[in-house]
Amino acid sequence: MIDFLAMGGYWPYVWGSYLVMAGLLLVEMIQLRYRRRSLMGWIRRMARLRAQEERQ
Amino acid sequence: MSERGIQWFRFTAPANFYDLAGRLIPWFAAVTVALFAVGLYLGLVVAPPDYQQGDSYRIIYIHVPTAWMGMFLYVLMAVYAAIGLIWRIKMADVMAKAIAPTGALFTFLSLWTGALWGRPTWGVYWVWDARLTSMLILLFLYLGYMALHAAIDDRQRASNASAVLAMVGVVNVPIIYFSVQWWNTLHQGASITVTDAPTMATIMFVTLMIMVLAAWMYSVTVVLARARVELLERERNARWVQERLEGGSK
Amino acid sequence: MFRPLLALLRRDLTLALRRPQDALTVVGFFVVVVALFPLGIGPDPEFLRSLAPGVLWVAALLAVMLSLERLFSDDYRDGTLEQLLLVPEPMGLLVLTKIFAHWLITGLPLVLISPLLAIQLNLRPDEIAILMLALLIGTPILSLIGAIGAALTLGLRGGGVLIALLILPLYAPPLILGAGAVDAVMHGSSAQAHLSLLGAMMVFALFATPWATAAAVRIMLD
Repeated sequence: MIDFLAMGGYWPYVWGSYLVMAGLLLVEMIQLRYRRRSLMGWIRRMARLRAQEERQ
Repeated sequence: MSERGIQWFRFTAPANFYDLAGRLIPWFAAVTVALFAVGLYLGLVVAPPDYQQGDSYRIIYIHVPTAWMGMFLYVLMAVYAAIGLIWRIKMADVMAKAIAPTGALFTFLSLWTGALWGRPTWGVYWVWDARLTSMLILLFLYLGYMALHAAIDDRQRASNASAVLAMVGVVNVPIIYFSVQWWNTLHQGASITVTDAPTMATIMFVTLMIMVLAAWMYSVTVVLARARVELLERERNARWVQERLEGGSK
Repeated sequence: MFRPLLALLRRDLTLALRRPQDALTVVGFFVVVVALFPLGIGPDPEFLRSLAPGVLWVAALLAVMLSLERLFSDDYRDGTLEQLLLVPEPMGLLVLTKIFAHWLITGLPLVLISPLLAIQLNLRPDEIAILMLALLIGTPILSLIGAIGAALTLGLRGGGVLIALLILPLYAPPLILGAGAVDAVMHGSSAQAHLSLLGAMMVFALFATPWATAAAVRIMLD
């Protein structure tokens, strides 16, 4: 296990590449999900407002 | 200009695209996860260390896929942008805009991994190698495209103007690449020459191809998801959006 | 056919001559930037000489870029640009005429002043000749490509900074070839390959970019 993590002494470079890539892809997906959530929330609120107006 | 382009293909209608993409995304996501799992296992565990570079060569399994996707996505973005500009297909615009951030991200990652691979291989993080330099300029082109899109308030105008920029950029990419290559060979005395790994073992090649496919599928998944959000944003007041809302959150 | 184009050229030049400070500012910027380099890197003549092609070219490139915002902005503000869209002549040719006028006012002075700065950076006469030739072929390319960026940022807030981001990456090939031409002569080889490629690039830019610029103007005025 230690051998695997050490990557033959090249661990800073190998893991620096892989982890940064994983991190950035994760950030991209989370940001996308957040953007979608907040947009959906907005659309729902507007729909509710419109329904209220119609009732009055 | 005429509006006739919009009704040509059913899948270019926003609602149809939205539904179809929504159905496809989970599948693409599953394939992506599977490919990454296999590719990472093969690349980090199974594949033997390189006889010259030791374990540092393993960066190739993410360096090459990110570089390829960075270049490929730029061309794809320009194609969509051109289709959107010439035939006035709204969906093509949406796709072009959705591709840009992922393409820029991959281009950045190829530079990042290239630098980290360069340190153990050449002794420095950055050399003004033709390929690294071209990728850096490609990253600037992506940033310019996104900045222009963001700077123009009117949506149609933003799409068209950045489409022109993407097309100018795609014509320039080969010119930039060859001039940088030429510049590099002229100055080779001062810099370090970068050569490819001589021959690649089968396991390494197979792993690399799996990782390329994984990056590709990831791009498809994320771009489709972003295109959906983009579409919702543009059509937030359209009836089809309201209809889909009532049927639960999809 | 060419009469309206000549009229447009004369108009642009007259307007520019009426306000010579615009053109002079560009030349002044070029001179100041080049003058600052020795202060930053030291007065060693040999070192300055080896850096001279790059310094002169990057300074010229930045000077052209700074002048680009003016290319269409005045005509955009007073509505002339919209009038030009109604002229029967192809918009590409009109745009090309405007770019030519702009180059005469900003690019050409840079070429003419460059020997003076080259002498300060210890370039030899034959190198200076090549430098001027390269700038003579290269600055029109800079104006032609830059016009696309100027058109795409018409009427935008912070357009000047945006032009830099859009256009500077595209300036890499002319920069490589132009500075490379002088560099080649410096190292005792011929600059012919550089200059022919630069010339080819100019011809290509001459035929291709005005249409892209015209399309961009039309989009931004839509």
